[in-house]
Amino acid sequence: MNLLPFLAAAWILLVGLYGLVTSRNLVHAVGCLAVAQSSTYVLLLAVGYRRGATAPVFADLPVGSPVVDPVVQALALTDVVVGAAVTALLLALVIQLQKRHGTVDPQNLTELRG
Amino acid sequence: MSRSVRLWLFLSAGAVIAVAFAAACTGLPHFGTPVHPYGDRAVAAALSRRTANTVSSVNFDLRAFDTLGEESILFGAVLGATLLLRLARDERKEWPEAERVLPSTRLFGALLLPVTLLTGVYIVAHGQLTPGGGFQGGVVLATGLHLAYVAADYRVLKQVRPLAVLDVADAVAAGAFTALGVAGLVVAGAFLANFLPLGTFDRLSSAGLVPVLNAAVGVEVGSGVIVLLAHFLDQAVEITGGGPARTRFDPPEPE
Repeated sequence: MNLLPFLAAAWILLVGLYGLVTSRNLVHAVGCLAVAQSSTYVLLLAVGYRRGATAPVFADLPVGSPVVDPVVQALALTDVVVGAAVTALLLALVIQLQKRHGTVDPQNLTELRG
Repeated sequence: MSRSVRLWLFLSAGAVIAVAFAAACTGLPHFGTPVHPYGDRAVAAALSRRTANTVSSVNFDLRAFDTLGEESILFGAVLGATLLLRLARDERKEWPEAERVLPSTRLFGALLLPVTLLTGVYIVAHGQLTPGGGFQGGVVLATGLHLAYVAADYRVLKQVRPLAVLDVADAVAAGAFTALGVAGLVVAGAFLANFLPLGTFDRLSSAGLVPVLNAAVGVEVGSGVIVLLAHFLDQAVEITGGGPARTRFDPPEPE
């Protein structure tokens, strides 16, 4: 099954988007966004995998042994950090919404207020 | 838009995404394939710069400019959350009550707190040799400090957490990354270029600028996460008043 890891990433993305679309609670929606984003970790690591290879760290590994792709691992690290930052910012916004509007249901947030 | 219309819209869009994604995947190189041209070049470059951990080399040497953008996003997020969660005019702070803690829990926390902080520093310092580095070690440092909250109470956490210092440390570490980049521009002729001796492979002092940038990011991530968590904890524990009476996130009523 050569496609399965990539399709797993697509499945996680769609599940996260489904939760985002049907969510009635913004905290839940932020969680769903994090799920949708985690599909990119799976995709990146699946792209970088190399059969029979190990982690790209040569501290106790003979130079020249097969290692998985370090570039996508670095990209996944960037992805994790940016994802955590965005989640924190969105949760802070949700807290302010709850304080000012008294609701975290996006359906009830119809009016504009100064 | 009604709930069912939205769901159908999503399901049709989701089906399109699923089919297009699956079709695109059939064009990708097979999973686990041995050919990784970028990976091979990155490994060769990391070894030539005497960095044992290739991922750190990619983050702090080969793609250091991208990491500058990444940590700027983190800094911006901390700044934004601080602004959003500041004390509003109709709110006030209350000094939290002392909580009763089992003596064994307290002892366990007191014993483990220094061990966790040491682990965090170790992970930051060995980022160029072993899996780890500034981002991971910084998070370990920040969450390790919150053992004081888990094993004791909020008052103890406030005592071991100099928030004003950490606010400044966050900004200084974010600026240090840029300053090191400018230093590279002045000394070696390119922004973020390595200007330190590369040292011996597989030693703590190897990899030139990588451990220094690692340390800057470690301080920034560590203090940034502590400041972030501090504001969220303040909202839950200390700040009262303002807004409607509901303080918890109630689940929506079923239709």
